[in-house]
Amino acid sequence: MLSRVANAIYWLNRYIERAENVARFIDANYHLTLDIPESADDQWQPLINTTGDHELFKDLYGEATRENAIEFLAFDRNNFNSIYSCVRAARENARSIREYISSEMWEQLNTFYLMMNTAARESSLDLPHQFFVDIMNASHTFIGITESTMTHGEGWNFGRLGRMLERADKTSRIVDVKYFILLPSVDYVGSPYDNILWAALLRSASAFEMYRKRFGRIDPQNIIDFLLLNRDFPRSIHFCLATAMKAMNLITGSEQGTYANKAEQELGRLMAEFQYASLDEIFDRGLHEYLDNTQLRINEVGNAIHKVFFNMDVDT
Amino acid sequence: MKFDRYDTEGFYDELFTPDGHPRPGAELVVRRINNLPEQELQRRQLAAEKALLNLGITFNVYSNEAQTEKIFPFDIVPRIVQANEWTRLEEGLRQRIQALNAFIHDVYNKQQIIKDGIIPADLVFSADGYRKPCIGLNPIHGVWCHITGTDLVRAADGEFYVLEDNLRCPSGVSYVLENRLIMKRTFPMVFDSCSVQPVTDYPSRLLDMLQEMAPHGLRSPTVAVWTPGIYNSAYFEHSFLAQQMGVQLVEGNDLIVRRGEVMMRTTKGLERVDVIYRRIDDDFMDPKVFRADSMLGVPGLMEAFSKGNVALANAPGTGVADDKAVYAYVPEIIRYYLNEDPIINNVPTYACWREEDRAYVLEHLDELVVKAVNESGGYGMLIGPHATQAEREEFRRRIQAKPRTYIAQPTLALSRVPVLVDDHFEGRHVDLRPYILYGKDSIYVLPGGLTRVALKKGSLVVNSSQGGGSKDTWVLNSQGGPSPESTLAGKEGLSC
Repeated sequence: MLSRVANAIYWLNRYIERAENVARFIDANYHLTLDIPESADDQWQPLINTTGDHELFKDLYGEATRENAIEFLAFDRNNFNSIYSCVRAARENARSIREYISSEMWEQLNTFYLMMNTAARESSLDLPHQFFVDIMNASHTFIGITESTMTHGEGWNFGRLGRMLERADKTSRIVDVKYFILLPSVDYVGSPYDNILWAALLRSASAFEMYRKRFGRIDPQNIIDFLLLNRDFPRSIHFCLATAMKAMNLITGSEQGTYANKAEQELGRLMAEFQYASLDEIFDRGLHEYLDNTQLRINEVGNAIHKVFFNMDVDT
Repeated sequence: MKFDRYDTEGFYDELFTPDGHPRPGAELVVRRINNLPEQELQRRQLAAEKALLNLGITFNVYSNEAQTEKIFPFDIVPRIVQANEWTRLEEGLRQRIQALNAFIHDVYNKQQIIKDGIIPADLVFSADGYRKPCIGLNPIHGVWCHITGTDLVRAADGEFYVLEDNLRCPSGVSYVLENRLIMKRTFPMVFDSCSVQPVTDYPSRLLDMLQEMAPHGLRSPTVAVWTPGIYNSAYFEHSFLAQQMGVQLVEGNDLIVRRGEVMMRTTKGLERVDVIYRRIDDDFMDPKVFRADSMLGVPGLMEAFSKGNVALANAPGTGVADDKAVYAYVPEIIRYYLNEDPIINNVPTYACWREEDRAYVLEHLDELVVKAVNESGGYGMLIGPHATQAEREEFRRRIQAKPRTYIAQPTLALSRVPVLVDDHFEGRHVDLRPYILYGKDSIYVLPGGLTRVALKKGSLVVNSSQGGGSKDTWVLNSQGGPSPESTLAGKEGLSC
């Protein structure tokens, strides 16, 4: 397939996934602050840190409040990672490969964008929850339509690769930021708030119910285990990397456990680390350091994908 | 909503006779609309517009930054063409395209028509679309203009005339297909009982034609549609056609010439491209041959083309034949190459570089339409009767300064069709652009075409950039019976 098309479908899926994650982060946080109003002011800045755009935010808004945080994360056009910007970029990418994706995918994404555009024009959000649910639903619908209308070939795998790398990155970021705010809040330990706060982290990764089924009691270590290392939960980092690896193998034609290029090698190595990791080792090394390193390496995989597939040097 | 108060106001109306009766073939649609419950037609019109927006069937406008995509306004009342009228148009278009293609080939090869004194050499060589680098080229099967969209108008006398030959990259065919899809959703019952000729197989026909052009007789060539990119105003169409044909949509940066062959950059390295349906102007195709500053082009493309390693539709240089000055000679061109009289006439045309014509034009500026020969899209035009004195004086000055660049035609009372305006119908002027495919062995005319409507009251300018909209065009079958289109309607659903 054309490199440009592969690039567009990869990013299209990353952007949709990013929009969905930001929507879920905001929604979970919003609910949390309604449960514990006195914590409200402390909860928004960390969320902005999650996205890595805190400096831009500081320049534009200064101190974080609920209103300006939602504005920045959801609607601000100056923020390239706002939900608005992501959906717009996703749609722009889709537009450039309309002939390649199925028309069902295009039509859903276009409708999604128009819905988003209308919401962005309305100044006050009376029902923020509904809006964020709509965003998440639209993303799930898109994935479902993609699944059932597009040939599961090279392009589909590039899309899946992009989505899974994005999701792994986002899960690692939300865990990184939230874990360290939640941990020292000893005031809350044993209080009803304790459960609420940790549950909010799980909800940010849409993991609350599935976690309950697996571990039952809310326990920080188990939560980390679940979000990082679980093999079967679709938002755990391990699951995301393993699925990304499957997509990569199908793209290159490499057999499982082998690699044909730098991108595949890097991704395989990172996945293997999660495959054979233990919680004790992760905490020994330091959770923050471990997650930081993971994000860095996901970035490197992304760069290698660009070099190998999208921007191949053919001029020599 | 009913047609009973509709007034043709003395214009030739495509749907009604002067005394207000539906024309043959239009009875059913008229009756169907008359029988719709109050507000139902408006509701369907809105639903159709919503569908177009959600499908993203839009074109880009550059003037307004915030709103860069608009739907091409669509009117729900169809335009109907009788079977016998169509048969004649079809013949006339075949004749015209055949002659124009022969002309293009001649101009870039033997130049016999010039030597025989039929058309002045300086007029041909000064045409905006004339491309010197095309001299000596010999495209496969001798076909230069594979895809044409000829603009026709119907005047007060009820006759069709050719207004313009678009031989470069005519656009709009995607709207023909999408309009039909929307209409089948909107009026399924009417399609069942009317006998409307289908347009849905256009992409298959186009693909067949493109594949036939493959160099070296390749059996399964790689075909691509070449677009300038998503910011081009016709981008929707480029991507639509590529999708419907199931071929690659490429941009200039996807292509590269290696050892005289055109290759595209894929995730697995370079792959050869054999046939390119290019939707990009000659000027921007190859910076080595045409405009050196083109950022969209592919260096070396023309070399690959002249070696016969890649086929291009349309071939470069076809613009020489749709120059508005050359247009004035098309009847002669038809006689010269085919030894036949034109079946569809030109609009009478005054060529300002001929002294007697110029004198007439300058004296009758208030009656004529003056057109700059190298402008399109309804720009560079004076509609005498609608213009101010100052505008006419401006054109007088321009014509005297550069006579070669102007032609003039009588202001035609273009035929009209009813369109939905709020809660009633009003007549609006229309033209018709049928699409013609010039294949290896035959010339195919898409039964229908794009009916463009000047939505502004009284306006004669149908271009989408200037407030034009479109309508579905129904060409009726000569024999009765259910429409083949209706049997396809159910299967298609959203897939188009």
